[in-house]
Amino acid sequence: MSAFNPEYFNIGHLDTLSYRHTFVHDLNPVIKLIVTLVFILLVVSFPKYEIQGIVPFFMFPLFMIIAGEIPAGVIFKKLLVVSPFVLFIGIFNPMLDKEIIYRVFGVPVSGGWISYGSLIIRFILTVSSALLLIATTSFPGICLALEKLRVPKIFIVQLLFLYRYTFVLAEEVMKIIKARNMRSFGKKGKDIKSFISITGVLLVRSIERSERIYQAICSRGFDGQIRLLKDFRLRGTDILFALVTISIFIIFRKYAIADMLGGLLI
Amino acid sequence: MHMADALLSPAVGATLWTGTLGAIAYCTRKLRNNIDEKIIPLMGILGAFIFAAQMINFTIPGTGSSGHIGGGMLLAILLGPYAGFITIASVLIIQSLFFADGGILALGCNIWNLGIYPCFIAYPLIFKLLVKEDLSKSRITLASVMSVVTALQLGAFSVVVETLLSGRSELPFGAFTAMMLPIHLAIGLVEGFITAGVVNYVRSARPEIIKSTFDSKPLAPAVSIRKVVLTLGIAALITGGSLSWFASTHPDGLEWSVEKVHGSPELSSSETGITAMFEKIQTMTALLPDYGFRQEEGAEGTAGAKSWPAVNSGTSISGVIGSLMVLGTVLLIGLFIRSGNRSRAKG
Repeated sequence: MSAFNPEYFNIGHLDTLSYRHTFVHDLNPVIKLIVTLVFILLVVSFPKYEIQGIVPFFMFPLFMIIAGEIPAGVIFKKLLVVSPFVLFIGIFNPMLDKEIIYRVFGVPVSGGWISYGSLIIRFILTVSSALLLIATTSFPGICLALEKLRVPKIFIVQLLFLYRYTFVLAEEVMKIIKARNMRSFGKKGKDIKSFISITGVLLVRSIERSERIYQAICSRGFDGQIRLLKDFRLRGTDILFALVTISIFIIFRKYAIADMLGGLLI
Repeated sequence: MHMADALLSPAVGATLWTGTLGAIAYCTRKLRNNIDEKIIPLMGILGAFIFAAQMINFTIPGTGSSGHIGGGMLLAILLGPYAGFITIASVLIIQSLFFADGGILALGCNIWNLGIYPCFIAYPLIFKLLVKEDLSKSRITLASVMSVVTALQLGAFSVVVETLLSGRSELPFGAFTAMMLPIHLAIGLVEGFITAGVVNYVRSARPEIIKSTFDSKPLAPAVSIRKVVLTLGIAALITGGSLSWFASTHPDGLEWSVEKVHGSPELSSSETGITAMFEKIQTMTALLPDYGFRQEEGAEGTAGAKSWPAVNSGTSISGVIGSLMVLGTVLLIGLFIRSGNRSRAKG
């Protein structure tokens, strides 16, 4: 249970974005999933006080946004909505860790602020890369990748059902909310008692719907599998993309490339 | 209460992922062997229902602000532990991808925190025991509130432990716990009453749904629990131990939290002394201090070569302890399931 925010539920937009065709969209979903995972692991593996080394990793989300033609505003809004938890937990770092470890132009900077900054950068990088993965891959694509990675079938089929029906039920719920708002003023109708009866009705209706769906899919020959028309084959480009990006990540994790480049210039 | 990638170290994240994947594999196997195919669309729809229900906001009593439900315990009650766990995991996967709740690495922790506790601790130990055979309204209310509160407290406490072991936040154990647990007690009470209300509604409208899940025959032991626990434990130990090598360039996580927890650095003073010394040697020998992975730094000189196994054991301690925690929890779950099987076989 957390604060209610309509922006949080806006999943249709990311879904629409994912059906475009760009270089990033057309990459094999398995490859994109693996690259994203490696990226996240390397980002969080940096030591607590690291900032300089992590900053170059912004290159990956940047590349995805640009090459995938994803509007940055969408990603940014989603980041803002979920940021409070990390911002709140992290704010204790500067309060508790006051040892001065840097001086920037004579201004002392405590270790706490450095680690807080590092935490925020990690948050932006990891969350945006997850959002960009879905914005460029489509959910069925991710499920296919999971299947290739040997995730059990039952799990995937049920995940696909869940995803499809999220949109159906969301539409139904929006009608319910509209009806409730039209019949109530201000806080009225938003108490827990009416919430329970609304949710209860919705739940029973959903269960009945699942029974109808089951009969319908059985009569159409459902055998426990969902087949996708789109076939993702592993192309040379995919392998090349994986090799290049992962080796760049590792090099940037291992060596302070940014520092070296800066040093060369100076 | 979603854990976030930014607060995690790779070792903690990977350890919890191992535990979670094992639990998913275990549950799917249980389902596959005993399946009534009808449950697959039902799981999907109920997962979607959780999202739909989250879109309906309500006023939180006493505060005036709006909130929405979590719904984990509701799924466990409606679907039973195995199908419930898989559905909770799916809901969290979609939340992490579309809503940016947590992140992909933290997904393992989140499924663990929000799925394992309601399905394998609160449901069999609290809900089932309190309700027994008697599906009356008051029993269901009591059992729902108690189990939601317990599951949320365990989940919130796990967030604290995972954050501490990762060592990215400076929050001391005591203060963090004192912050998380009361908040989640309040949240748990509200959510508990809502869960009770919804379950009671379903009970009066379609009693057979609740009854059929509740009376479901003990699933035949398709896989030996001991084997699962053993494999999971070994896998968790290996991932935790090996990944913590490049968890951090400072062996900070555990030492730091031990110091905070006990309030006495003396406890680990000998260790910090040695590690500090090795760290010095390492900084002297390493070409790029603080940037490489430990293993490779160690290969650079004789002093480094001597130091790196010691440093490794230092950093790996947190990984191993994390693995042991997972192992312990999995072991307990295994025992609970087994005792559940037995008592049901008797009754």
